[in-house]
Amino acid sequence: MKTNLRVPFLAAIAMLSGLLVLVGYFVPLPGLSDLRGLFLDWAVVLTAVAAIVGVVNLAKVHWRKVRTGQPGSVFSLTTLASLVLTILVVIFLGGATSAWSLWLFNYALVPIEASLLAILSVTLIYTFARMINRRFTIFNLIFAGTALFILITAFAWAGFDIFGLRDLRSWIMQVWAAAGARGILLGIALGAIATGLRVLIGADRPYSG
Amino acid sequence: MNWLGLLFVFLFVALLLGLGATSRGVKRELREIPAFARLASGIGAAVEAGRRLHLSLGHGGILGQPGASTFMGLSILQRIARTASVSDMPPIATSGESVQAILSQDVFQSVYQTIGAESQFDPNSGQLTGLSPFSFAAGAMPVVFDQQVSLNVLAGSFGSEAALIADAAERAGSMTLAGSENLTAQAVFYASTEAPLIGEELFAAGAYLQAGASHNASLMTQDIFRWLLILVILAGAAARLVGVW
Repeated sequence: MKTNLRVPFLAAIAMLSGLLVLVGYFVPLPGLSDLRGLFLDWAVVLTAVAAIVGVVNLAKVHWRKVRTGQPGSVFSLTTLASLVLTILVVIFLGGATSAWSLWLFNYALVPIEASLLAILSVTLIYTFARMINRRFTIFNLIFAGTALFILITAFAWAGFDIFGLRDLRSWIMQVWAAAGARGILLGIALGAIATGLRVLIGADRPYSG
Repeated sequence: MNWLGLLFVFLFVALLLGLGATSRGVKRELREIPAFARLASGIGAAVEAGRRLHLSLGHGGILGQPGASTFMGLSILQRIARTASVSDMPPIATSGESVQAILSQDVFQSVYQTIGAESQFDPNSGQLTGLSPFSFAAGAMPVVFDQQVSLNVLAGSFGSEAALIADAAERAGSMTLAGSENLTAQAVFYASTEAPLIGEELFAAGAYLQAGASHNASLMTQDIFRWLLILVILAGAAARLVGVW
């Protein structure tokens, strides 16, 4: 039987690096802290390389869509044209902080993202209505009622100030909502620690190692 | 030196390993979470109907708290890929961060290697759809619409932009199951999806998908530490009340 020695070797490297960084976080020994810093520097460089690999993957996916004439290939062509244009501007017209690059950022990227934000607000209102329609339960009513109450009382209505309304809003947000959020966050923190440690000790390997 | 932190980590690991060793082969009763029941039936239904499964990992990267939900998403992807990779329409994963996209490709490759069908591996099955939250969502929406998806699983770190993906799934007539470590995303998922994972339920995915004894041990360890935290909070409140602290 053929044994793949690469897999346990890579897993051991991943586990050892993770353990050194973790111990370096708790134990401030000079050598260990330096090693931790070095590993983190490498991680930053590798993340930058991964970003390039990711963009190449993005371009390949859209190129294939254009080549095979899949639905939405016009949008893929637009994406590819924008990518090429941006790369050309950054390379030949003064780098990422040049006036041309900033023009692209301010007059193309920002308006597009702002438009998506506008679509998102409409989508959220629609989703809210659909939720009530889909599941008419006591929990949904509490969720919807609280969200509406907090939204309405967040505005300053001219000539409309019911006694105690603002205090009630503060009480809901600072006592009930904050307590609930903290409870959820404690659970999430425990889950995140367990997941991280499982990966670190090699009990769970959601990668090919 | 942070001795308390180190002790916490040491105890956590010791319990994780100890409970993992003792609970091996022991079946543990888990409370029912509708999302996981729907996930199991949804995978089967997609394979039978020749439809695709779409898993979105969000845009949190692999560092910090968002990284933990990314790793959970990758574990779910591994389980989904193992079950559905033999289908005519293999699963597809979308990410909003490069390292996640590479890891999702790695998961697909290792699954195809495991089942002896490496030639079927397509690197484009793990896609980077955008590098900012909104571009990621905008890039994931065509996957939901055009790739004959019957089940969308959103498992990772998202923000409010996840509503756009969930809405696209609703309009495409596909089912969506979603979980995140982000509170904003959880609120959005509660309103927009049929089966949201609330709180730390996402981190229980491994145990529910029978990913191994370590996941069951992890759940038990979390429960033990949760009770310890509750006791510490109650003791702190009582001490404050009587003026000791």
